[in-house]
Amino acid sequence: MSKLPLADLAARIPAGAMLALPPDNSLTAAEFARALVRAGARDLHLLGVPVSGYATDLLIGAGCVARVTTSAVTLGEAGLAPRFAAAVRAGTLAVTDATCPAIHTALQAAEKGVPFMPLRGVIGSDILAHRPDWKIIDNPFADGPDPLLLIPAIAPDFAAFHAVCADEAGNVYVGRRRELATIAHAARRVLVTVERIVPGNLLEDERMAAGTINGVYVEAVAVAARGAWPSALLDEYPADAAHLMDYAKLARSADGFATYLATHVLPDTARAA
Amino acid sequence: MNEEILIAAMARLITDPAQPPARHVAVGAASPIPAAACWLARHKGADLRLSLLHRPRGNPFTEGSRELFDLAGQGRIDLFFLGGGQIDGQANLNLLGTGEWPGRTVRFPGSFGSAFMYFMTPRTILFREEHTPRVLVPKVDMISAPGLSPPGIFRRGTAQALVTGKCVFAFDAARGRFRLASLHPGETAETIRAATGFTYDEDPATPETAPPSEADRALLRGPVCDEMLETYPEFCRRVWGRTGKEAA
Repeated sequence: MSKLPLADLAARIPAGAMLALPPDNSLTAAEFARALVRAGARDLHLLGVPVSGYATDLLIGAGCVARVTTSAVTLGEAGLAPRFAAAVRAGTLAVTDATCPAIHTALQAAEKGVPFMPLRGVIGSDILAHRPDWKIIDNPFADGPDPLLLIPAIAPDFAAFHAVCADEAGNVYVGRRRELATIAHAARRVLVTVERIVPGNLLEDERMAAGTINGVYVEAVAVAARGAWPSALLDEYPADAAHLMDYAKLARSADGFATYLATHVLPDTARAA
Repeated sequence: MNEEILIAAMARLITDPAQPPARHVAVGAASPIPAAACWLARHKGADLRLSLLHRPRGNPFTEGSRELFDLAGQGRIDLFFLGGGQIDGQANLNLLGTGEWPGRTVRFPGSFGSAFMYFMTPRTILFREEHTPRVLVPKVDMISAPGLSPPGIFRRGTAQALVTGKCVFAFDAARGRFRLASLHPGETAETIRAATGFTYDEDPATPETAPPSEADRALLRGPVCDEMLETYPEFCRRVWGRTGKEAA
């Protein structure tokens, strides 16, 4: 694990990369997304695990995204994701629709190193009609006919999330949000922002170990204080609902979104240590 | 206080003795009214376990939504709530959008887990506050999750009912049709017909949706709101005028 300035972490994502991001309620790398905008990221393929929020809407609005694979894009109580909706209407964004457990399943297949995994449900949904990469087989273990969906594995080029802390050994602490371990296991390269670096080794602490992702999966870490803002970070800080509402309002128009970028994103607030 | 009527109606659907029991109920993202209905049922004595996906503190899952879907896949969740940008008379749900794929006219957020959950739980209560012909359509433009599946497709259940801002519809899966079950105060059979794009069955006399009792209202404004404040502060402020910062 190397410890980098935030801007250098963002610079590791090349144009065209597939980047997996958690939703707003699960340690979203919001400051990292703002750093990607500042770095001029281009043609990204964002994967919502399993849905997408503020970070994805921001990156779409800033012109960093060519494709989104996700089960939904939402700002939660602040409503619809305005830049996503505008890009879909304009036809400037390719969207691959999924359903939440299908994305989890694709990543679980990748973490096991198998080419696909089955999933119940979905048959009869138009999502399936638009997913030539998903296949229906007849369950080979059933006594009678039993159609079953197969989901191919997804190993994203990158995953990024915001953890509470990293230790000196490069392990990162995500608390109860252990679904992030699946993303980390499945992605080829994992970049993590953290509130702080702590001394020692979290995996040697019995109480912390279960909420810790082994540093073997983590390529690099950058410190970004309040890096999940305006989303919440576990019990560290709550969501800034008023800011999300303001974002949702401003991002309804291209001009308003430009104002938001100029105010909250483009000036590098130099949060990174 | 229209919300309180919806919450009370939904709480009665949750504990409906004619339905398979709801021992474990899960509530997904951005669902304050279903969450309040579950809490009301619990505070009225229903023995149900509640898993709220978006509870910030004391979240029931240690593997996020992946754990929710795994639980549902195994049949460990009895009842879930779904909505839709469009809902049609066969209880098909559209959370994708309208116009050309994937929603070039109006894009909704996306399907979330609906294409899976609708199949996996024995019961689903559909909820959409807006009751207009643009939401309740004869046929959805796109299907996120189908209301019915042909024989041979693994499925534990489908819609039990659809609660809107105007009425409650019960869903008859065998017939693939909704039936008008009760009218919220101020509505008539005619106002519902005018606001509904799909056809449904109707008895000669449809009862009014029973309002919450005074005891129910006290529960809603007190302990139910207490449970909701952290997850849905805006909803609690709007409906009950509470911020959680009042003097105890």
